Amino acid sequence: MRIAIIDESAARASIIQEGIAALDDCELFVITERRGLLARIGEIDPDIVLMNLGNPSRDVLEEYFAVSRALQRPIAMFVDESDDESIVASVDAGVSSYVVDGLAAGRIRPILDLAVTRFNAFSRLQNDLAEAKGKLAERETIDKAKRILMDSRGLPEPKAYAELRKAAMNQGKRIADIAEAIVTAHNLMGNV
Amino acid sequence: MSTELTIGFLPLVDACLPILAHEHGFAEEEGVSLRLVKDMSWATVLDRLLYGHSDAAHLVAPLAIAATLGRGRPAQPLSVPFVLGLNGNAITLRPELARQVRPEGGMGTPAETGAALKAIAEERSKAGRPLTFGVVHRYSSHNYMLRYWLAACGIRPDHDVDISTVPPPFCADALKQGEVDGICVGEPWNSVAVEQGAGEIVLSTAQIWRRGVEKVLALRESVLAEKRDSVERLIRALCKAGAHFVDPANWDANAVILARPEYLDGSAELIRHAISDQLLIARDGPLVHYPDFMFQHREAANFPWVSQAEWLYTQMVRWGGTPFDAEECRKAAGVFRPDIYRSALLGTGAPLPGASSKVEGSLASATVVGTQQGSMTLEKNTFFDGMVFDPNDIEGYISRLP
Repeated sequence: MRIAIIDESAARASIIQEGIAALDDCELFVITERRGLLARIGEIDPDIVLMNLGNPSRDVLEEYFAVSRALQRPIAMFVDESDDESIVASVDAGVSSYVVDGLAAGRIRPILDLAVTRFNAFSRLQNDLAEAKGKLAERETIDKAKRILMDSRGLPEPKAYAELRKAAMNQGKRIADIAEAIVTAHNLMGNV
Repeated sequence: MSTELTIGFLPLVDACLPILAHEHGFAEEEGVSLRLVKDMSWATVLDRLLYGHSDAAHLVAPLAIAATLGRGRPAQPLSVPFVLGLNGNAITLRPELARQVRPEGGMGTPAETGAALKAIAEERSKAGRPLTFGVVHRYSSHNYMLRYWLAACGIRPDHDVDISTVPPPFCADALKQGEVDGICVGEPWNSVAVEQGAGEIVLSTAQIWRRGVEKVLALRESVLAEKRDSVERLIRALCKAGAHFVDPANWDANAVILARPEYLDGSAELIRHAISDQLLIARDGPLVHYPDFMFQHREAANFPWVSQAEWLYTQMVRWGGTPFDAEECRKAAGVFRPDIYRSALLGTGAPLPGASSKVEGSLASATVVGTQQGSMTLEKNTFFDGMVFDPNDIEGYISRLP
């Protein structure tokens, strides 16, 4: 079976590719370029196309499937009408799929499920990265707040941190939030 | 406590009403809060709507009908209780081509421009390099307007010229790369092509059909039933946004809002041109004022006339290669829901037409029409070739089309 993966993010495409490569008797093709997309699809002649939901070229591809190949091989969009659960899962994950008619639903399901898993894995990776970046920023804010307390009240560093922690506990807030408030207040008072 | 509605949209000037209803607090005033989700292709906007990521969508009108009839995908009934605007699209050609078909210093008439284009189209077709046009979607008013104009000028779409799909944000690029010779797209994407020197505007679609239906607010039929009250509130908010949008006092501010990265992510200056019905037709050319280029508010522009849905169905039959089917036509007509529009606006100052259907293209001059509420004068609404669409004779109309 020939599977085309279209994704402008090369990183995500390779994550999907890696997952689907585990399936038997599948030939995979990855397209990351928007230009010349239809020509590439024409060459590959895939049985199934996986594409990220928000890909701007989807209208172009649907038109191509609907018109250019209408006479040769009818195309069904979004797998089988009956397999709603699988479709909803794929849309939620951000995968859109175009399946050549005549492919047994039983063969599509595992591919779609895998694609969904890989898409979710990719977004988890991105979330982790964003979280890590957020943590780093928080760390910096806490350091700034400590510095402000040390300078304005002449506290040693461990004491400054203890003050932050105490305020957080008393107010039921996160230390980072207290630090943020101190830094903001400090900036507002013009003591930048 | 306000209820939240999620609305999908593409970055186009005619996504203005939901955006402004949110930004100016018209939605909140009505007790609904809006969450706007931007996408880059109509396929994605439609998927989000069909699979419940959004409650409503800014959608090209024919696509709402195509989805209901199951064209290209399994059928899912959609409803349109509100039209987001009429026209607002233009036809832009590569500069050297534009100069051959358009009079010096301004836009010509569709008939003149079409006649000049016909000669070139025939030449190119004979040479084996047919002219190619890009439209934003196969089920778009852009596709139908472009085809209507070409066919009326004796240029046969799919025979003499090719028509393919180009997403709005890539139109300028497709012209520049020579992938297409012309595009039919909404603003600001014509102006972006002009600014880059990739194209020049030759016609606005308002010249082809003076009051052509364009984007609609589409919902799944089941969602409309379930959230009927919130949708009616939304309709009232969109109506207020329309009044705000067309008031010249607000043009500058609204252009700046629409230009923001989360909305159109474009130039406020170009957007302001569109809002004020002005088009820079060539990079060094004049700023042409074409009244009612965009039409979002007056004459109950947002009223979902059943006859508009029926006209769109005639074009689907005409170009889709499927025969007229009375049952399909009935379903297509049922997508437009004037009953919801009336129910939402009854008791407000908005004029409500007395009829739900009209003879499209029949008014050559301003005409006072009967209303259920308020007073209303409809201005000229003709097709450039003088044809008239009478919803009582749909099959006859289809048979008379060239």
